[in-house]
Amino acid sequence: MEAMIALAGNPNCGKTTLFNSLTGARQHVGNYPGVTVEKKEGIYRLNGHRFNIVDLPGTYSLTAYSLEEVVARDFLINEKPGVVINIVDASNLERNLYLTLQFIEMGMPVCIALNMIDMAFSRGIKIDHEALSRLLGVPVVPTMARSGQGKEDLIRAARQVLEREGGRTELKISYGPDIDVGLDRMEAMIREADFMTDTYPSRWLALKYMENDEQILCLGKQRDAQTAEMLESIVQEVANHLQLTVDSFPEAIIADYRYGYIRSVLKQGVISYSGDRNRLFVSDKIDKVVVNRFAGPLIMMGVLLGLYHFTFTYSEIPVAWTEAMFGWMGDMVDRYMPGGLLKSMIISGVIDGVGGVLGFVPLIMFMFFGIAFLEDSGYLARVAFMLDRVFRIFGLHGSSVMAFIVSGGIAGGCAVPGVMATRTLKSPRERLATLLTVPFMNCGAKLPVFALLVAAFFAEKEALMMFAITIISWIGALLVAKLLRTTVIRGESTPFVMELPPYRLPTFKGLLIHTWERTWQYIKKAGTVILGISIILFALMTFPGLPTDQTTAFEAQREALRATLPASIAGELESAADRTELSAGAQAAQVRLLEIDAAEAEAALRHSVAGRVGTGLETLSRWAGLDWRTNIALVGGFAAKEVIVATLGTAYSLGEVDPEESRSLSEILARSPQWRPLTALSLIVFVMFYAPCFVSVVCIVREAGSWKWGLFSMIFNTILAFTLSVAVFQVGRLAGF
Amino acid sequence: MPRVNMRQMRSKQSGTIAAITAAGELGRRIRDMGLVPGTRITVQGRAPLYDPVALRLMGFTLTLRNSEADFIDVEVDD
Repeated sequence: MEAMIALAGNPNCGKTTLFNSLTGARQHVGNYPGVTVEKKEGIYRLNGHRFNIVDLPGTYSLTAYSLEEVVARDFLINEKPGVVINIVDASNLERNLYLTLQFIEMGMPVCIALNMIDMAFSRGIKIDHEALSRLLGVPVVPTMARSGQGKEDLIRAARQVLEREGGRTELKISYGPDIDVGLDRMEAMIREADFMTDTYPSRWLALKYMENDEQILCLGKQRDAQTAEMLESIVQEVANHLQLTVDSFPEAIIADYRYGYIRSVLKQGVISYSGDRNRLFVSDKIDKVVVNRFAGPLIMMGVLLGLYHFTFTYSEIPVAWTEAMFGWMGDMVDRYMPGGLLKSMIISGVIDGVGGVLGFVPLIMFMFFGIAFLEDSGYLARVAFMLDRVFRIFGLHGSSVMAFIVSGGIAGGCAVPGVMATRTLKSPRERLATLLTVPFMNCGAKLPVFALLVAAFFAEKEALMMFAITIISWIGALLVAKLLRTTVIRGESTPFVMELPPYRLPTFKGLLIHTWERTWQYIKKAGTVILGISIILFALMTFPGLPTDQTTAFEAQREALRATLPASIAGELESAADRTELSAGAQAAQVRLLEIDAAEAEAALRHSVAGRVGTGLETLSRWAGLDWRTNIALVGGFAAKEVIVATLGTAYSLGEVDPEESRSLSEILARSPQWRPLTALSLIVFVMFYAPCFVSVVCIVREAGSWKWGLFSMIFNTILAFTLSVAVFQVGRLAGF
Repeated sequence: MPRVNMRQMRSKQSGTIAAITAAGELGRRIRDMGLVPGTRITVQGRAPLYDPVALRLMGFTLTLRNSEADFIDVEVDD
């Protein structure tokens, strides 16, 4: 048997844990068509049966309120999964069943996974799952997603639902006399006119009309304007009557009755409490300290700083390993490949370019692991809770925190998923302000640039500098958000209604899957976009080659130098194999030869297309203390920020002709006469604020709905960045740095 | 039982929701989370900057801004 199973449930009900437990590594992350909500699919096999499991976005309801809800709803309607496994948090049954009722009302074949029964039990909640199953008319299976307990029983129950052809339980909840009569009339009308009945169940359509559901109302008007108008007039009639008699409206009354229905079900022997229902649980005790007025903010700073120390201290060793590996690969190619353009492209373009990016994979993995831990443990929601008041000042929303953090608010995210994370924000204004400012955060691709510069110029204060960089980007982003919200995107703020989930120790497997997903996205980007760009940039930096008169001039210089050398030294240089020790005289001669080579390479780079662009921009960039090499790198960074390090690497290793000595780029910069700490600082500021990478711009365009905002972010950000770095450099210079 | 606006509730004070006056998006969101007339709530605390407020209801914790609590009337216990 092959069937599709949809997993649905509230956020924080253990849905993802169950999904991971069922599918393990056999999962695939994609998007729902046309939108940026993540779609996870996986395969589960049991006794030779193959189940395609789809993890729907976590929602509290099925209104047209948020994109996640619309996506979940459309999926259920259009894809018609064989069964919907509704994961329900047993310790939070009342609210969780609100969604369950809506699935059943939709006519979905539902099977309930009563999850975290162990936790409910420890809280003194006892649930008679058989009674619940009888009352709702759907199977209920107790599970513990964390340990995987009960998952086979669950799938067996789901199979029974699958095989029970056509035996869907119709649940008709009473919404009080006024609404019920209205619903009956509307249902009859819908049946008669065949009004969208090919896609939607008739009762459900009537209910959605009564609830004033934007999506359905809009669809109805397009499909059959006449019937739609008649339905709307019935709703209006009912609404007027309710307004007069009970001073309320259909939508509110429907919600009241739904909760009333749930309470009546629960009271029929389904749930029993022992001990005080409102006593403080471990989670509440932790919150007494963690969101405390005084301790809370301090702990928050501590946690974020701790994350840095964790990331930078423990990733050092694996970062060194990957660097050594790419160094070795470069050496191998250099030793065994015949010289020429292809060789230098492979070494300078491919290995240095991609290696520079992949070298940071361990660092990014550690960072993602830390963020996943904070996210899954429930701490990030507390951060949103504590910071909402602050964010509101800047015209944003407490939930903007998530988008900022994903983008690199705790350094090491990515603006692409960050921009996409703004989808959870309903208000177009706050969303726009958030998605235009999240690219200022220190994404995983800017990190290597900062790490490189900090290692080269501020090595003693590494963690402190990285922390300062993060703070500066936050301040910048918030101020810009405020600026935008008071000028180009003015307007009211949106609701902040959010659950604080109980603290949970994340499962190691969940953390690893989470970390790997994000790291893999980074690696994929590095392996594809960055590889292509590295090669293109290599070409831009190689062609056109120096004109012959210049190359002959350099050759003449070399000849002249050789001519002055004593025969013994010249002979030694001629015959010296790669690794032999040279005499002092020969070494001095070689250094002078290398200087000529470097000068030639530099002249060649300056002569190339990229060099001309970089040199052309130097008149401007000199104000910020940046030279033409950096300009080339920054132009490359437009395509993807990872390219900045890669290009700097290429730019400098092209001038570096001694392959035996594999000096790291940061050492080269630290020794270079054009560089000093102030230059590094100016570049850090520029990289932090200038135009988002091309992929981010594309996302911004898609999310904001017009190219106008994409262009805005490129132009505005670059002007802002240039102004700031010029200010930093000029003030610093006057202050004598 | 005195009826007050949720904003006026003290920390640790309990009561029963009497009315939700919000409509539209905010009203829908509030109701979806179980804040309907008849629900028992306790004010668990407030964020370090006194806003948003954290509520305890039906065994979970919900947070909302004071400006949103304005739409909720509660019959407090004492």
